[in-house]
Amino acid sequence: MISIKNLHASIDGKEILKGFNLEVNAGEVHAIMGPNGSGKSTLASVLAGREDYEVTDGKVVFNNKDLLEMSPEDRAREGLFLAFQYPVEIPGVSNINFLKTAITEIRQYKGLPPLEAKDFLKLVKDKQAMVELQGSLANRSVNEGFSGGEKKRNEIFQMAMLEPSLAILDETDSGLDIDALRIVAGGVNKLRSSNRSFIVITHYQRLLDYIVPDFVHVMYNGQIVKTGTKELALELESKGYDWIKKETEQAI
Amino acid sequence: MADILEEVTGSEYKYGFTSDIEMDTAPIGLNESIIRFISEKKNEPAWMLEYRLKAYSKWLTMKEPKHWPHVSYPEIDFQNIIYYAAPKLKKELASLDEVDPELLKTFEKLGISLEEQKRLTGVQSNIAVDAVIDSVSVKTTFKETLAEKGIIFCSFSEAVQEHPELVRKYMGTVVPYTDNFYAALNSAVFTDGSFCYIPKGVRCPMELSTYFRINASGTGQFERTLIIADEGAYVSYLEGCTAPMRDENQLHAAVVEIIAHKNAEVKYSTVQNWYPGDKDGKGGIYNFVTKRGICLEDNSKISWTQVETGSAVTWKYPSVILKGNNSVGEFYSVAVTNHHQQADTGTKMIHIGRNTRSTIVSKGISAGLSNNSYRGLVKIHKGAKNARNFSQCDSLLMGDKCGAHTFPYIEIKDQSAIVEHEATTSKIGEDQLFYCKQRGIDTEKAIALIVNGYCKEVFNQLPMEFAVEAQKLLAVSLEGSVG
Ligand SMILES: Nc1ncnc2c1ncn2[C@@H]1O[C@H](COP(=O)(O)OP(=O)(O)OP(=O)(O)O)[C@@H](O)[C@H]1O
Ligand SMILES: [Mg+2]
Repeated sequence: MISIKNLHASIDGKEILKGFNLEVNAGEVHAIMGPNGSGKSTLASVLAGREDYEVTDGKVVFNNKDLLEMSPEDRAREGLFLAFQYPVEIPGVSNINFLKTAITEIRQYKGLPPLEAKDFLKLVKDKQAMVELQGSLANRSVNEGFSGGEKKRNEIFQMAMLEPSLAILDETDSGLDIDALRIVAGGVNKLRSSNRSFIVITHYQRLLDYIVPDFVHVMYNGQIVKTGTKELALELESKGYDWIKKETEQAI
Repeated sequence: MADILEEVTGSEYKYGFTSDIEMDTAPIGLNESIIRFISEKKNEPAWMLEYRLKAYSKWLTMKEPKHWPHVSYPEIDFQNIIYYAAPKLKKELASLDEVDPELLKTFEKLGISLEEQKRLTGVQSNIAVDAVIDSVSVKTTFKETLAEKGIIFCSFSEAVQEHPELVRKYMGTVVPYTDNFYAALNSAVFTDGSFCYIPKGVRCPMELSTYFRINASGTGQFERTLIIADEGAYVSYLEGCTAPMRDENQLHAAVVEIIAHKNAEVKYSTVQNWYPGDKDGKGGIYNFVTKRGICLEDNSKISWTQVETGSAVTWKYPSVILKGNNSVGEFYSVAVTNHHQQADTGTKMIHIGRNTRSTIVSKGISAGLSNNSYRGLVKIHKGAKNARNFSQCDSLLMGDKCGAHTFPYIEIKDQSAIVEHEATTSKIGEDQLFYCKQRGIDTEKAIALIVNGYCKEVFNQLPMEFAVEAQKLLAVSLEGSVG
């Protein structure tokens, strides 16, 4: 699905990603944890193609294509989806209109005609039910005046609508109440399939009780420094990051 | 981002063609004999000529308003303008077949098919069109259908001939020729425009529309529009404007007057797309327009909606005098400036009657090196008990070389008034753009989406077809403008 090799990226001359490596196969769920400032959101932004970052080295192959060569919109059209840590508000643009535009663009890229209105509305209805999003939210302006939790749920709704092949969730669980967490995780689980992969960035082991990952990685100082399974998350929860930081520093 | 800017700013002005139409023109320059020439060409009654001449002598004593508007442009040489240019029409036209085929082609290109319009009759969604090319009204459609309801919709010149009593009664009552420099000039030299009268109790069954087109080079366009809604009448009126691309600056100085009687309502919508000049600021229309309506009697309503994307320099304040009790005035505006365009636009709401209400929603969008100013006056006269105004002026900046300015003036002479003013300035954020791109939407479409969202309250006021056109226009005007 995606293969990230020796990725180096910097912003304003400061290197944040320092040789990041990760292989994600189709159908796998990878969790990335790590202390604040270790570069998790930076990784997500670089993969999504944010222009503020300069990629100085490395290679990323996504669905057999050179990801770093593609524009951000083409990456999205190729099936890469980022659920933002801080979703943006777009006043006056309804969620529905926004998604219609996005889906039309993605379909056009694939040489498909726009969805018929009734098919589109059916899709909205189905996905709304899947992520238990209130109808009124779908009709409101994109994220405008949404509560923190509503914004996160809206990201999952958009993900469900766009049916990506690789979804990167950047702290989608933070700011969610218990019920919302269950619903969001439920949405992700319903979307799990043999041809769809997830990279789940989180600080909390709790989320991984709901979305059981195949791998857990610890990111520190722009690299993956430890990889394990679900148990690693539990260990981190009880021990914190200090021991990993120490291990890493000793290794240098 | 700068690359994208470079890449797409070359987008073409779609209406920049010229047409080879045989023209009848006045000699260049302005003096009394030119005015007599125009009046004679139009076979006008003596009172009309007198009015013109009075306006002309007043104009001679007036000064161009160059200091207060937030715009700058080179001196206009009023002797270097042709004040009358008309397509040469062979006698009276008996049918469309006799219209110069070039002229018909022009309208086709503008998306107004007069032939088509003529065939479809009376269907609800239809629009009756009066087309004014350079100075002369060329063809008014649907006249017969409208006449059945007693509605008069014709060129201004025709109204002078056929309905002199109405023209004399109302012309100059809202915008007197003494009003300002350009209104005086217009009153002296106006050549044509549209006239519309909706009789008592009649709801006009279709949108009435005028298309203004400047074609000939070196000419000014001075049209006049007069709309009267008699007691209980309703009309929705649309105005569209385009011009060819030329290196020189051309002057457009129109006057629009609206009169709403008791319980009457007039909705006036404009999509102004005069040629804005090229990206280096060469050429383009100078648009100095006086538009004003009066809610003459109780419970009347006048609503202006404008989408301004064109012109090199715009100077325009569609206003409402709220004289009747419980009358309502509205102003919804989107003004876009890009490259070197300058716009100083806004409105005046003059509250005189009791319980009068006004709403102002102004959305300015500036890009490139342009300057966009909102200038508004809310005036509450003494005795205008319980007057209310709500104003919202938002500015959106694209890039950091453009300017947005707001000049709100408020004069309150009655303590019972409630006046609210809100203003915001925002920038199209990189974050918003990236968010859209991450969902598969490219930069151009993302800008269109964001800007349309920003203008939604105004677009909602436009009739459907116009709203679609306005959205497209906006997208074109702003192509490549995020830096
Ligand atoms: N413009 C910038 N200039 C310099 N440093 C920056 C800039 N933007 C981000 N950084 C730094 O990059 C580092 C990585 O930030 P990033 O947001 O990727 O961390 P994170 O792992 O997502 O943290 P969190 O868990 O708090 O979300 C931080 O130290 C941050 O301060
Ligand atoms: Mg982060």
